[in-house]
Amino acid sequence: MTAIGIGQAPKRKEDVRFLTGRGRYVSDIKLHNMAAAFFVRSPHAHAKIGAIDSSAALEAEGVVAVFTGADLEAAKVGGLPVGWGITGSDGEPMKEPFYPVLAVGKVRHVGDPVAVVVAETPEQAQAAADLVMVDYEPLTPVVSMLDALKPEAPLVHEDVPQNLCCDWAMGDEAAVEEARQKAAHIARIELVNNRLIGNPMEPRAAIAEYDRARDHYTLYTTSQFPHVVRFLMGGLVLNIPQHKLRVVAPDVGGGFGVKQFHYAEEAALTFIAGKLCRPVKWVSERSEGFVSDRQGRDHVTEAELMLDENGKFLGLWVSTLANMGGYLSTFGPNIPTNLYAPLLSGVYKLPAIFCNVKVVFTNTLPVDAYRGAGRPEATFVLERLVDVAAIETGIDKIEIRRRNMISKEEYPYQTPVVVEYDSGDPMACLDKAIEVADIAGFEARRTEAARRGKYRGLGLSTYVEACGLAPSRLAGQMGARGGLYESATVRVHPTSHVSVMIGTHNHGQGHETTFAQIVSEQLGVPFEDIDIVFGDTDRVQFGMGTYGSRSLVVGGAALSKAGDKVIVKGRKIAAHLLEASFEDIAFEKGEFKVAGTDRAKTFAEIAGAAYVPHDYPLETLEPGLEEQAYYDPINFTYPGGAHFCEVEIDPDSGEIELCAYTAVDDVGTIINPMIVEGQLHGGIVQGIGQALFEHGIYDEETGQLMSGSFMDYCMPRADNLPSITISPQVTACAHTPMGVKGCGECGTIGSPAAVINAVVDALKPLGITHVDMPATPNRLWAIIRNAQSTSIAAE
Amino acid sequence: MKVSFTLNAKPVTVDVDPATRLADLLREDMDLTGTHIGCDTSQCGACLVLLDGESVKSCTLLVASLEGRGVTTVEGLADPDGGLHPMQTAFRENHGLQCGFCTPGMLISAVDFANRNPDPTETELRHWLEGNICRCTGYQNIVKSIMAGTAAMHQRA
Repeated sequence: MTAIGIGQAPKRKEDVRFLTGRGRYVSDIKLHNMAAAFFVRSPHAHAKIGAIDSSAALEAEGVVAVFTGADLEAAKVGGLPVGWGITGSDGEPMKEPFYPVLAVGKVRHVGDPVAVVVAETPEQAQAAADLVMVDYEPLTPVVSMLDALKPEAPLVHEDVPQNLCCDWAMGDEAAVEEARQKAAHIARIELVNNRLIGNPMEPRAAIAEYDRARDHYTLYTTSQFPHVVRFLMGGLVLNIPQHKLRVVAPDVGGGFGVKQFHYAEEAALTFIAGKLCRPVKWVSERSEGFVSDRQGRDHVTEAELMLDENGKFLGLWVSTLANMGGYLSTFGPNIPTNLYAPLLSGVYKLPAIFCNVKVVFTNTLPVDAYRGAGRPEATFVLERLVDVAAIETGIDKIEIRRRNMISKEEYPYQTPVVVEYDSGDPMACLDKAIEVADIAGFEARRTEAARRGKYRGLGLSTYVEACGLAPSRLAGQMGARGGLYESATVRVHPTSHVSVMIGTHNHGQGHETTFAQIVSEQLGVPFEDIDIVFGDTDRVQFGMGTYGSRSLVVGGAALSKAGDKVIVKGRKIAAHLLEASFEDIAFEKGEFKVAGTDRAKTFAEIAGAAYVPHDYPLETLEPGLEEQAYYDPINFTYPGGAHFCEVEIDPDSGEIELCAYTAVDDVGTIINPMIVEGQLHGGIVQGIGQALFEHGIYDEETGQLMSGSFMDYCMPRADNLPSITISPQVTACAHTPMGVKGCGECGTIGSPAAVINAVVDALKPLGITHVDMPATPNRLWAIIRNAQSTSIAAE
Repeated sequence: MKVSFTLNAKPVTVDVDPATRLADLLREDMDLTGTHIGCDTSQCGACLVLLDGESVKSCTLLVASLEGRGVTTVEGLADPDGGLHPMQTAFRENHGLQCGFCTPGMLISAVDFANRNPDPTETELRHWLEGNICRCTGYQNIVKSIMAGTAAMHQRA
């Protein structure tokens, strides 16, 4: 029974329930008289919806009801809302077409839901769904962004000309033009940032129920932000008052962004539960998730880096097409714009930057945040370009980075793309990574590999990210339609046990452990005596949830602020009990002491006394020991680091082996090193997945998703990964209460460029200068063959 | 049809439709929701159970085939008095889980592996885990956990 504080690595509080099979995920929940829902989804990427005949389905065994878009339209159900509005460089707001819960008039991607069948069992609902006759009139789909922008392209939304949602820009175009004129060298690249499918291992699920007696709804959902679902769905889609709607996100099996949106299924189920007055459950199948979960990335980019004769960066010009898919998702338009362009300065002094992003509709699944969200895309552009510049100028890849890096003394550093980095030491990260990865020994390893007929390559990527979403003022300027603060309540019980109610959501990050460490350190309460409560709008006051590496940075800060208030209140109670003045009471090591005396009350004594007052001065001291705080950061936090990757490629087969991966990340103060390391491992492997394995591929003619199962979409597996070396570097954040910066997305941001830079370095002898992701053996084999035949032809 | 088998060391007799999958029986009728369903193509391994000691995917196993067999789910790994199985302890000690969704399948796979291979190499283990997908951990701490758990099961420090 001891206090366990910051910097220690206690075993996780949440582990035992998961290890013994007693986690409680949405799909585990059964309610009395519960019906099952199955969604009828479009087999077409683009089609007009004619008549929908549900009569046969309604006669099928066990079927309770069938709902279509017309039913929701008649009930005046609203469209799915967008949380950020961006504005084009011409001053025009983005095009924001209506996003119906169930498709009306047209379907815009494969998997677009058109009807819901409700039956007594899931099997009956699924069987009856085949009997719902939808009269589709197929239209030509728009699949690639380049096609979508052509004048003759079919329109995904009739009211969005050229399928262009927004023509957006950030930075100073004239300054970049000036840099171009002055440049001794311009490095250029064209690249694709591949479409990814997040695939948390728990498929999405939801259960909605309606209590007619109380006129009250409850939605259980696999969400990273239950309060935001309540806010958006209740307020904007279904018109249910907030106090009549409870949203519960219990144990959730991974999110990675996929579960941080308000989805059609949540609104449809809640609507249906109200109509039928009985609980309704839906559990996504994996193949259904492939065509109904939001997807990630999907950029096509051209970029140029201007350098002077000494290899110093003068300017960066970036032009990107970003795919939104068929509709705008909750954060969709924000990701390739406000979370992308501001990161293009990386860890470098880059005096002029201009970034244009054309945000485009296509007949594919909607695209939104996936772990990293905009920042991996920016890092990939910049770090690939720096490598191209290094090769073309003949300056070593480490040296060119050093010449341009922001030194520790130059922080705070204002970039030309809005953000001001508060702290950092990228040079220290790089130096440490060089040492840990034994870069001095690399050439010997390359020579040895060559003797075995293998091409060995070394890749480096530095990165910075902006996380801790978000400073509300800055977010508002960027188009956020609401602030992104966080809240926490610290409830000290009479027994001095503590319940923390916090608005973030734990779905693998270990919050129950990390947050308890913060409280234990601050209040001196035993780690075991602290419970972290989250994921229930009836139990937790409010919160924005978990995404953008914000939980510790913003939620942890709210928690620490609430703890400060508890200490102040405890001092008031102690002053009263010890007959001393408030100013004379100090809180140290779990005791309230009268300064300069041995008179003291323990935290437990004060907690007890708070709830059994006899003679409180009631005008100045209220009973109870519970405090709430809201925290809104003044800036983003800026974790960063340097990653090295070594690969070997077999030129005969294109097979690639990841030989070594070293990551030095600066995530600020570390609360629990075990958990931070785990977050980095997972993040890095998701980035490796993007670089080497994963690809959401659509057929260019039909818009069908070709990689729509785990047989076709290659998830990273244990046998194709190296053991990763993690070595932390700590620079405390200058503005968060504990100096923390966030660690959830670092790995995913740094790794794709490190891996692809290694692949390109390996293939350098063949004159190859770029390889698009994913660098699969098939793709590498073709590239190697092509390069070899070109060089033979040249000879 | 009626099927009698042993479930977590207790004899059970169930009356099921012949098309019933074991994963559904466990989750829907036996209140054993620790066995998870993470895909529909037998790829992810979240639904693994031990069938007479060998790990099998319960999403593609018909209850009808279980007459006289023995099934152990994740709920059956710990002692009845709550003491964790050495493999469960190893996962906890080595941070071998994050969201917990793949964990039951990983544990079942790990126990089967440790029984077959008391002194494995990491390469052998990574190859064995090819049938279990985890999205959170990058597998590194799962590998570390199973190496430690295997040693503990065979009583090596």
